[in-house]
Amino acid sequence: MHLYDLTIHQARALLDAGEISAVELTQAVIDRILAVDNDVRAYITLTPEVALEQARAADAMGRQPQKLPLQGIPIAVKDIICTAGIPTTCGSRILEDFVPPYDATVVARLKAAGAVILGKTNTDEFAMGSSTENSAFFPTHNPWDLERVPGGSSGGSAAAVAAGECLGALGTDTGGSVRQPAAFCGIVGLKPTYGRVSRYGLIAFASSLDQVGVLARDVTDAAILLSVIAGHDPQDSTSLDVPVPDYTAALTGDIRGMRVGVPREYFIAGIQPEVEAAVRAALGQLADLGAEIVEVSLPHTDYALPVYYLIAPAEASANLARYDGVRYGLRIVGDSLEDTYKQTRGRGFGPEVKRRIMLGTYALSAGYYDAYYLKAQKVRTLIKGDFDRAFEQVDVVVAPTSPTTAFRIGEKTEDPLQMYLSDIFTLSVNLAGICGISIPCGFDAQGLPIGLQIMGPALGETTVLRVAYAYEQATDWHTRRPPI
Amino acid sequence: MILTREEVEHIADLARLALTEEEKERFRQQLSAVLEYAARLQELDTEAIPPTATVLPLRNVMRPDDPRPPAPREDILANAPEAEENCFKVPAIWD
Repeated sequence: MHLYDLTIHQARALLDAGEISAVELTQAVIDRILAVDNDVRAYITLTPEVALEQARAADAMGRQPQKLPLQGIPIAVKDIICTAGIPTTCGSRILEDFVPPYDATVVARLKAAGAVILGKTNTDEFAMGSSTENSAFFPTHNPWDLERVPGGSSGGSAAAVAAGECLGALGTDTGGSVRQPAAFCGIVGLKPTYGRVSRYGLIAFASSLDQVGVLARDVTDAAILLSVIAGHDPQDSTSLDVPVPDYTAALTGDIRGMRVGVPREYFIAGIQPEVEAAVRAALGQLADLGAEIVEVSLPHTDYALPVYYLIAPAEASANLARYDGVRYGLRIVGDSLEDTYKQTRGRGFGPEVKRRIMLGTYALSAGYYDAYYLKAQKVRTLIKGDFDRAFEQVDVVVAPTSPTTAFRIGEKTEDPLQMYLSDIFTLSVNLAGICGISIPCGFDAQGLPIGLQIMGPALGETTVLRVAYAYEQATDWHTRRPPI
Repeated sequence: MILTREEVEHIADLARLALTEEEKERFRQQLSAVLEYAARLQELDTEAIPPTATVLPLRNVMRPDDPRPPAPREDILANAPEAEENCFKVPAIWD
């Protein structure tokens, strides 16, 4: 096995035993990036010097009795999360030259935990997309089939984890942007409860939905990463002041007597038959492990997509008003100050971002607010209520992560609505503010990974991780590596 | 529920976005399709349902107003498209 293929906990054991050094591990991952990233294109910015410096520091600390949880572990960060002194572009021309003067809280926590930061990963512009094709710079390719998308918007982070270009990564999930790319790339992706992780320094897309999540090669690694980044942050008034459990303690492998809900609305026409078969087989395995499978209903599932595509764009239109070419970012000088705003934004934003700003502006505008935005907020209440009722009956809800496996690059770029449908099973979790994880549960006939989504109630990360871990230990999907 | 070209231009103006003629037509079609899809929300009776703006139980989070050192001015201004004498420089609003 190559060093770059190790999980975080495997690398941790080798580092602790003195069998490898952080510099060796980091250099192996950097070499791997140099070997494959011309094809995968997971990274927008690489910081090998910074990484090796941090690795040397980790090695120098090595003899301290108390090891830091990520000491010497090479990690990638989605390029929508601020890194002091390292460009943070959001995959956008409008922030192409932006260098944050501060670290996001999650980045500060990674550093405090001893992590080695390798660089910044590609994303759909401002995290708006499901394929990473909306990056203003270049698309990222799926390591399992380079002709296909890695999913999105955290496609760079997912592809990097899958291809051995880091040991774990941070992503963000506003409507499925951690879970869907994790499914497409055959890895684990966890979206924490809204408020569980600080958003300070996460560049805002839709503030009531955005949450930082983790991408990893297995469930144990996801638990380790979440334990590092979770917790209250006075800099984010929406972060919850609730103690952070040791998430790795949840990984017992025992799910006997737990109740697993299967939402009948998630097995719909249009779902790829191999995806449905893999998910149903996974439910059978959970039953074999002693869980009780219960059919549940989430009756407003059909409305999640239109609700999301009104609320998220509305919030985006307000958040992205700050890109005016005055204090930072691109400026294109026009005939007047107003024309400068219009030219800067018209040329600085790509098509999907402009589409969503337009949609959100319309939904919030005089005469349409009640019919669209307020209506969507009311239906959001109904969607949240569906989950509240389901979690009175069951511990977790299990469904596919996405209706299909990874699609071809270019296949859906001309039809935004088709692209949006790729997130149909993940959006509700963000609208309800609950948590969810995607783990590998099989492959289709083309050899493309299939994701199993396990959803839990607010602050139910331990429960979700426990079920995910039990399934993972009973299967070997997570040990497969892409052919690249 | 089809947007007119005039509506697209009005929205773009509100959003301060300069669009090309080709973009206006494309957005007119694409946004109309999404709005038609969203029309299914009208099927639901939400008369008695309160809106959800945030899932959090938190309201008006307060903290002590302790002074802290601000970010260094030069770090902030380093990202400005144009700066002069410790200020952001913008085009004149009137002559």
